[in-house]
Amino acid sequence: MDVRERIAKRVAKEFKDGDIVNLGIGMPTLVANYIPEGVEIIFQSENGFVGMGPAPKEGNEDPDIVNAGGLPVTVLKGAAYFDSATSFGIIRGGHVDATVLGALQVDEVGNLANWMIPGKLVPGMGGAMDLVVGAKKVILAMEHTAKGRPKILKECTLPLTARKEVNLIVTEMGVFDITPGGMFLREIAPDVTVEQIREATEADFIVSEHLKVMEE
Amino acid sequence: MNKIISLEQAMELVHDGMTVMIPGFMGVGTPEILVDGLVEKGYKDLFIICTDTARPNVGIGKLIVNGQVKKLYASHIGTNPETGRMMNEGLIDVTLIPQGTLAERIRAGGSGLGGFLTPTGVGTVVEEGKQKIVVDGKDYLLELPLRADVALIRGSKVDKKGNIWYNAATRNFNTVMATAAKTVIVEAQELVEVGEIDPNNVMTPGIFVDYIVKGDA
Repeated sequence: MDVRERIAKRVAKEFKDGDIVNLGIGMPTLVANYIPEGVEIIFQSENGFVGMGPAPKEGNEDPDIVNAGGLPVTVLKGAAYFDSATSFGIIRGGHVDATVLGALQVDEVGNLANWMIPGKLVPGMGGAMDLVVGAKKVILAMEHTAKGRPKILKECTLPLTARKEVNLIVTEMGVFDITPGGMFLREIAPDVTVEQIREATEADFIVSEHLKVMEE
Repeated sequence: MNKIISLEQAMELVHDGMTVMIPGFMGVGTPEILVDGLVEKGYKDLFIICTDTARPNVGIGKLIVNGQVKKLYASHIGTNPETGRMMNEGLIDVTLIPQGTLAERIRAGGSGLGGFLTPTGVGTVVEEGKQKIVVDGKDYLLELPLRADVALIRGSKVDKKGNIWYNAATRNFNTVMATAAKTVIVEAQELVEVGEIDPNNVMTPGIFVDYIVKGDA
């Protein structure tokens, strides 16, 4: 299994039966493929519905139904459509249990930067700022480094998406909790050491007393 | 009162320099025929309010590529490289707004509110120049209402009084924009007789709609 699939699979274990979840575009979208059996998740798509299903078979695309990345999707029985004001009311109002997003940078107090690189890439924040502020739990699904450089920093240098909102970071090397008491390494991948994680991480983190091997 | 007009008549209601709201999410829910009408007319210096600029050949993207947009409020421009290029060259004045804030600012504009308080954007560049208000110990930004000269919207099914039903995910910014402009023109994918849409299923009451242009079924 490649790195992205491994991260997605681990993130999928964080949900409880019945959770309402919003998945960001890119790697977070893969999480939907690994929801454990017996766990029913209601996926929200911020462009206007809950009850999102998988991509349609080729030839069955409905031009009126796309996900937040603009790609064709389906809806499941029991789905509901709404407008953008309602959709973001759901998001800011705390009705989304978890959101899974990617990151350009995250720091040890849970500040997140994932919407622009000044002078280079300015796609816009889309719904990310609302999601990170409003969802009950903010989970980052991200590769641990970018071209060998740490992405988990002492302090973000890029423009922020939100302050102190990240709760959990899942990378191919481990799983971190961010709490008011600091950043904790909770799980470690079977093929790496704590020293290797320290080398690849600029942020200070505490190794949890209950450190365990990252679940596959 | 007859609200049905031709595309040509609808385009006479738009002028250079106007503020125009156009819904759609990556083009889904965007009135393509009305947008094509704007492209054909070549109106200049438009101030466009939309959530994204789609792709260069889709929806609002076409107005960008054609150089008709002077000012833009949007939440996302990343799928249309032309928007970024023109922003960097100073050809378009772009303000990026969180998507939920954009929707709510338009809702406020259409429903007589002087603004609203949101936690979105606190501690980021979005808070620059905005009043911060503390409620129960939590920081909020005061965000102000938005209105436009014209809203060009799209209904999946529209009756001759302008009552609208939207299919699936096409509703997005249509319902709020329909309330927040001096002149509201709907492109009707399917135009039906009055009474054919059950009042229970009307998503935009016809009182908000000034004109109807028949689109493609």
